[in-house]
Amino acid sequence: MWLWFYKLASPPYAYAVAGKLRPWLLWSAIALMIVAAYGGLVIAPPDYQQKDAFRIIYVHVPAATMSLSVYVVLAVAAGIGVIWRIKLAHAVAAACAPIGAWFTVLALATGSIWGKPMWGTWWEWDPRLTSELIQLFLYLGYMALRSSFDDTQRADRASAILAIVGVVNVPVVKYSVIWWNSLHQGPSISKLGAPSITSDMLWPLLTMMLAFMLYFAAVLCDRIRSEILKRERNASWLSSVMSTRGAEA
Amino acid sequence: MAQLLAGGTAVREPGLLQIAGLIAARELRLAVRHWDQVAQPLIFFVVVTTLFPLAISPSLRELRNISPGVVWVAAMLASLLSLESLFRPDVEDGTIEQWALSGQPLPLMLLSKTVTHWLLAGLPLVIMAPVVGTALGMPMSVWPVLAGSLALGTGCLSLLGGIGAALTVAVRRGSVLLALLVLPLEMPVLIFGARAVDLAMHGEAVAGPLNLLAAVLLLCLALAPFAMSAAMRISIE
Repeated sequence: MWLWFYKLASPPYAYAVAGKLRPWLLWSAIALMIVAAYGGLVIAPPDYQQKDAFRIIYVHVPAATMSLSVYVVLAVAAGIGVIWRIKLAHAVAAACAPIGAWFTVLALATGSIWGKPMWGTWWEWDPRLTSELIQLFLYLGYMALRSSFDDTQRADRASAILAIVGVVNVPVVKYSVIWWNSLHQGPSISKLGAPSITSDMLWPLLTMMLAFMLYFAAVLCDRIRSEILKRERNASWLSSVMSTRGAEA
Repeated sequence: MAQLLAGGTAVREPGLLQIAGLIAARELRLAVRHWDQVAQPLIFFVVVTTLFPLAISPSLRELRNISPGVVWVAAMLASLLSLESLFRPDVEDGTIEQWALSGQPLPLMLLSKTVTHWLLAGLPLVIMAPVVGTALGMPMSVWPVLAGSLALGTGCLSLLGGIGAALTVAVRRGSVLLALLVLPLEMPVLIFGARAVDLAMHGEAVAGPLNLLAAVLLLCLALAPFAMSAAMRISIE
């Protein structure tokens, strides 16, 4: 049962699988994004209070969700790498960090663009925003620690510990809305029973979230492949892969 | 049998408390012999808080509003500054390598070292804070809350910082990196701590943030030693 897991942990196999998956993930992500953007920008009715300005949530909410979930993926990959000593898991963690950091930047940027007309300021020192900013600092710290080691294996394990320690912060971010009762509106999708958003507004949002996830997976495949290339640059399987490709081309 | 020396005298394996005690005693002895180095973060704490009246305004009325935050931020920076010396000298002269090889639990040894470090770096801040707070216009009624929140908070800072210090101890010029790693992790502590003092200044109930601080401290106390020891083993290999 675990065979696929061990198989996936071998760099040549993972390199091939990531290469095969990437186009599927990328094209389905793009297709879903187009559908969701049409649904969100054209079909969905304007909000009764925020008018058309609310439509930025179709980027903001998926980006914010991804900024947290990418970190969880990163920490889980780092944990797997530490516990089972799988080098590929460390490569996944390393590949996650810059993507997650950009999702966080996107969430902060769209949030502040939305905040200007709604709250009247670009930035509000609200706990929710602040903890998203802390999330960005965590990503930056993780990448800074990783780059400060010359030896990849030590960088892997040291940054894995930081990632696991930092994952404690994710629930703090998640529940800060409830704890500090802030300016930021509470969650409106996941409320059990009755979501406080109409289905015309909701389905594009959920589709967009799915599209962001697929997009993340596609970019992750790319980055994993380049991580593998970097780490295995002296391996013999790689030169044989490269030479067969050269022969085909 | 392995515990018998050639002379035939039985050597008792040291117990866990004894190990912790030995390390704490060593740290305290070292600190007494270099007391000027121990005093540096405390002096830093006072100097930083002096900057705020100079930069903002000498009026106590204005300073009073920001005093909880000022004292807390200064304490956090002072604690960060003292982390630099937490493991570095002992890693450089090979002491911690010997600890790791000794077969005794490394998490316990590092915990004992960190707790002693808190006694030398955190506790002076707790004692000094009411004086600094009063200079910034804090009413005397806030003293217990200020000292209490800092006592819980600096403990968290020492333990969280210990993880960062263990991770960065082998890195060249690691002090900026240490700040970059540790400060984001410490922010919830700052939020709870400064909030407790702020609530106390407005005469409101402070149990909530103090309880959260205590919870963070317990969590750190339970988990940080293992993270520290894992990080240390990577740093000294």
